[in-house]
Amino acid sequence: MKYLDALDMDYIKLNDAIRACHDNISVTNCLGQRFIGAGAREYDIQIHGVPGNALGAYLDGANIEVFDNAQDAVGDTMNAGKIVIHGNVGDTAGYAMRGGEIYVRGNAGYRTGVHMKAYQDKLPVFIIGGRAGSFLGEYQAGGIIIVLGLEETGENKSDKPIVGDFSCTGMHGGKLYLRSDRAGILFPEQVTARPASQEDMTEIEKYLREFCAAFDFDFDMIYHSFYTVVTPDNKNPYQQMYVAN
Amino acid sequence: MGVQWVYPEFEVIRNDTRCTRCQVCVRQCANEVHRYEKEFNIMLSDESRCVNCQRCVSLCPTRALKIVKSNCELRENANWNQDTVREIYRQAESGGVLLSSMGNPKPYPVYWDKILINASQVTNPSIDPLREPMETKVFLGKKPSRLERDENGRLKCELAPRIELSMPVMFSAMSYGSISYNAHLSLARAASELGICYNTGEGGLHQDFYPYGANTIVQVASGRFGVHKNYLEAGAAIEIKMGQGAKPGIGGHLPGTKVGPDVSRTRMIPEGSDAISPAPHHDIYSIEDLRQLVYSLKEATEYRKPVIVKVAAVHNIAAIASGIARSGADIIAIDGFRGGTGAAPTRIRDSVGIPIELALAAVDQRLRDEGIRNHVSLIAGGSIRSSSDIVKAIALGADACYIATAAVLALGCHLCRTCQSGKCNWGIATQRSDLVKRLNPDTGARRLVNLITAWNREIKELMGGMGIHSIEALRGNRLMLRGIGLNSRELSVLGIAHAGE
Repeated sequence: MKYLDALDMDYIKLNDAIRACHDNISVTNCLGQRFIGAGAREYDIQIHGVPGNALGAYLDGANIEVFDNAQDAVGDTMNAGKIVIHGNVGDTAGYAMRGGEIYVRGNAGYRTGVHMKAYQDKLPVFIIGGRAGSFLGEYQAGGIIIVLGLEETGENKSDKPIVGDFSCTGMHGGKLYLRSDRAGILFPEQVTARPASQEDMTEIEKYLREFCAAFDFDFDMIYHSFYTVVTPDNKNPYQQMYVAN
Repeated sequence: MGVQWVYPEFEVIRNDTRCTRCQVCVRQCANEVHRYEKEFNIMLSDESRCVNCQRCVSLCPTRALKIVKSNCELRENANWNQDTVREIYRQAESGGVLLSSMGNPKPYPVYWDKILINASQVTNPSIDPLREPMETKVFLGKKPSRLERDENGRLKCELAPRIELSMPVMFSAMSYGSISYNAHLSLARAASELGICYNTGEGGLHQDFYPYGANTIVQVASGRFGVHKNYLEAGAAIEIKMGQGAKPGIGGHLPGTKVGPDVSRTRMIPEGSDAISPAPHHDIYSIEDLRQLVYSLKEATEYRKPVIVKVAAVHNIAAIASGIARSGADIIAIDGFRGGTGAAPTRIRDSVGIPIELALAAVDQRLRDEGIRNHVSLIAGGSIRSSSDIVKAIALGADACYIATAAVLALGCHLCRTCQSGKCNWGIATQRSDLVKRLNPDTGARRLVNLITAWNREIKELMGGMGIHSIEALRGNRLMLRGIGLNSRELSVLGIAHAGE
């Protein structure tokens, strides 16, 4: 493991330095530098401070751990690897991700997991410990998104649903899990929301264990809760829409 | 069979004295128009299935067949023409959104045909390309705005990453999925032989085509199909697709029926699942967001690949292009409203967007006015039909042109405009293996090479006529153009004088 102080470095310098390191690396004093770990394959990156937008874009196997918040577009088009965020993430995290895992301890912003996919043995998993903003899982084509709604105490406690509006619009594959009932959440017509079965829960057990281990959460408490599962009715949603001309 | 509201559009005319009952037509027609009645030894046809792709006509060994437009039409009406009425019947029957293929067929003005090219007479003598070297090579990417020297006075020669093309033409984006494996292979081989580039479209890059990487532009669109690190590194450049001339403002849907095992592997999505490219990139709502995607791609490829941003030509294209030029993109591709497509809603294809000629002229002028023309190269596409269209485009300000319809025509397309059916009898816009094998990639590549080589000769002759040695000297040289029959507003947008002026 090598150490790098990112103080006064712009993103070009910092990313050059990270690439040149050819070893696992721990970055301190990170302050908004973008594109960290873009396309990274081999070496793991730990980040102290707040990384900028597009952290781990096209990530291809490396592990990234952030001990603070992360900004927008985390894990854009990620193919493999793991991103663990100990704080919150901004908007459009996990856009079009195809594989690997993103675990966020806190909340996620708008447009999380848009157009997530799955392919052969690739199954992307996105777990949000807190709440997610609107437009969660739009156009979802595969993979698993889980929203847990944890740690709502004191003034953070809210009666609002744990996801915002317009979840699952255009969904045509994959699964969304909500650790909640669906009260107050409107879903589009082409999806079905139902209580999770034992089979559904078995499918995510491994990931929830990893998530709880990463953030020191009580697995049993989280696992043995009521979950709603949302799946699309059809993987060809536009089939009936057109007439040849 | 229910009531048929209109007579089929085409008639199959069979010269029975020539017909030998060989049934080639029966075997060749994926639409199942022709059939043979053994009992009576006659050939029959169901013209309601005919799309006029001319496959049977071309393959009939005795030239016994022809397809003609039916003259059984509705009563003539200049307002409610046949097509309009048919479209209403179709929608009344199905409740569906009208879906069409290939470029806008409506009679909008084609400005290329109203622009004339100059030639030298007496002064500045014309050049004979047969005896003098002519340069059609172009480089696409950022150009330095001034010379810089190091402390020893030596020129700094580090340039931004570029695409080198032997001539200012590239095959524009057509995805594997919308067109066949053999069509892609033909394009890849031809591009490689010609020293130009073809474009993956947003269907990913088939594993077999990685060897053609130096002549490949890999596309990243809103669905991000098949986009991963190796893919980004495979090509000569990366193109972000924001829009397409045939369907500005909307995304793409490859129906699940076309997503077979091979297309699924290339796009990295499950078999049989619709491949949906959302209309916007959901992570791009501003020029700043676009800049983020441009630089994330540059970071992921360590600044070795130029990034192209492709947009449809729409009303505010000049301002949009100015924004893109400031986003860090190296190249802007503008796609005019006559550009082709494998499928687009008819109403959008036929009535959204603007002609490439006007868009190109407006963008080039705007970037010059703002002093940022050298920050980007411009590619013009959207129905470039000939070498003279290319010369006109270069003189209007393009660095290079994208062609796709012309390329599929070279491969055998007969512009029947039914790509969306997936039953292309010419083996181009289909994934059915029996149809795909009709397109021989050796023949396909040769025909493409023939076409582009011939165009290059013509470009050199046109340049020579103007007394221009190098295509770079033609770029933005609007004095070489004159309008014919255009009004003053059109001339002013095009930035050219009228013929005789």
